Amino acid sequence: MKRLIGPVLGLASMAVLFIPGILDPVLRFLFPGAGEWVFPRASLLSLAAMHLLISLTAGATAAVIGITLGIAATRPAGRAFLPLIRDASSLAQTLPPAAVLALAIPFLGFGFEPVLLALVLYSVLPVLNNTLTGLETLPEPVLEAARGMGMSRLQVLMRVELPLALPVIGTGIRTSVVINVGTATIGALAGAGGLGSPIVAGLIRDNPAWVFQGAMASALLALMLNALLKAAEKRLQPANMREV
Amino acid sequence: MTLEWQNACKTFTDKKAVDNLSLEVSEGELLVLIGPSGCGKTTSLKMINRLVQPDSGAVFVNGRDVSEVPATELRRHIGYVIQQVGLFPHMSVADNVAAVPRLLKWEKDRIDDRVKELLNLVGLPADEFADAWPSRLSGGEAQRVGVARALAADPPILLMDEPFGAVDPLTREVLQREFLRIQSTLGKTVVFVTHDLDEAIRLGDRIAVMNEGRLAAVAAPGELLLNADPFIRDFTGEDRALRRLARLSVGAAIGEATPITAAGFSGGGESGAPAGSVRTDATLKEALSMMLEAGETSLEAVSPAGRRIGKLTMEDLLESAAGTEAS
Ligand SMILES: Nc1ncnc2c1ncn2[C@@H]1O[C@H](COP(=O)(O)OP(=O)(O)O)[C@@H](O)[C@H]1O
Ligand SMILES: [Mg+2]
Repeated sequence: MKRLIGPVLGLASMAVLFIPGILDPVLRFLFPGAGEWVFPRASLLSLAAMHLLISLTAGATAAVIGITLGIAATRPAGRAFLPLIRDASSLAQTLPPAAVLALAIPFLGFGFEPVLLALVLYSVLPVLNNTLTGLETLPEPVLEAARGMGMSRLQVLMRVELPLALPVIGTGIRTSVVINVGTATIGALAGAGGLGSPIVAGLIRDNPAWVFQGAMASALLALMLNALLKAAEKRLQPANMREV
Repeated sequence: MTLEWQNACKTFTDKKAVDNLSLEVSEGELLVLIGPSGCGKTTSLKMINRLVQPDSGAVFVNGRDVSEVPATELRRHIGYVIQQVGLFPHMSVADNVAAVPRLLKWEKDRIDDRVKELLNLVGLPADEFADAWPSRLSGGEAQRVGVARALAADPPILLMDEPFGAVDPLTREVLQREFLRIQSTLGKTVVFVTHDLDEAIRLGDRIAVMNEGRLAAVAAPGELLLNADPFIRDFTGEDRALRRLARLSVGAAIGEATPITAAGFSGGGESGAPAGSVRTDATLKEALSMMLEAGETSLEAVSPAGRRIGKLTMEDLLESAAGTEAS
């Protein structure tokens, strides 16, 4: 049963995205009073592509920032900043992305940039936290052996610390991407497009069929990405840990 | 390669971990550092490969102050084995062993050959173990990989911090014996930390006893067991006369130069001699036990081949236990 969920969801998402008319009868049945059913302004596929672009850009940016900060805060020279970095990123996550967006638009204008800012601020924390956890919980004897055999600090980081922390960091990145896919619907508020467009339009025009399309498509997208990244994480994991 | 601590001191916050340590290790010597837990053994050891920086004093490797050698450079030429092994869990056994040669940028073929050679040397057939993951190894196997990894780039110096401390006594004895075999062919300059007196006596050319950061005594095992200093006497135990007897062969006690055989290593010497007699390659401790068991004050000493050599008396044992080590 559980093995079927993935492929079924995948197929359903593909069908919804690539066969524009397929939703029409379903929507007509679910929302008989909507008047208009399939969102007319753009295909779900192009909306999803834009949505993906926004959320993956934000996810990648959050990953780079989170990992960099995490590494810096666990080096001898950066350790003093650890509490500051932790506080700052927790604070960033408590700011509602919609509020950040509203505050950023006057400075950055409408479009991609304010959305990116809001999403990145909102999703750095999981990457940073997991990077810190991954790097702080490495077995001390392994690190001592690495230093004791003559690895430089950079070699210890690249050859031992990061590979060992990778599974934990990967989980953080996945969390951040999934958060982004869900939150990127606010992009429509700044005119950046994405799957938020049918939701916003549906709310304004009082059309639940449009809201439903946007919400369902972004949920499916999040589920698919989650599954994909999980599979990627498994492959990244060292073979010894995979087997056990 | 020689090693030397010169008035080395190290204080952690308010605790004097190492207090004015001066000690030399000569080329090819196996020096054991022993002492109660927390007496500063590990700290002293780590001064050699610069994992610890002495507050005052200095450490010399081959006459050169280690603080003048870049730490990574120094460490790549000093083998280091620790109790918790610290194998890289994300690398195969072969990659673990290859770690230092890779740091030294050896060519791939040379590394492959070396890894095979070393795994075989430490008793882990390369065919079977090269691709294994550390998580699959038993404690003893992991420790062997640790030794192989430390030996990989053929460093002239080997630092071992309670390397066999985490394995069961039987495995430990096997590892000790094999290490002695390896060391007898490689002749490294070794500093070996332990808190196990039997291990120290078995392995050490000399034993340095530390107490509360200070060097309490340094001597060959036989001499150490005669040392009258109260701390050393206490440290070497109530049964140190027996330990002394365990190091001597029956043959030596009756003026016949006979080494203790490998079988006698663990004190389990197969005597195989007829009742009332003892083989010359047995230890005096075994002979004493036989006397006690038989209620006799003397035994016939016979060669391993069964030829009668002479008589071993209780007097011989008393004399041997009292000192003058015949070696
Ligand atoms: N990094 C450290 N920070 C604080 N105290 C330490 C540190 N390393 C060792 N010590 C202290 O120094 C003393 C000697 O430690 P150590 O050399 O590890 O002893 P041993 O190896 O003989 O058990 C102990 O009291 C220990 O608690
Ligand atoms: Mg120690």
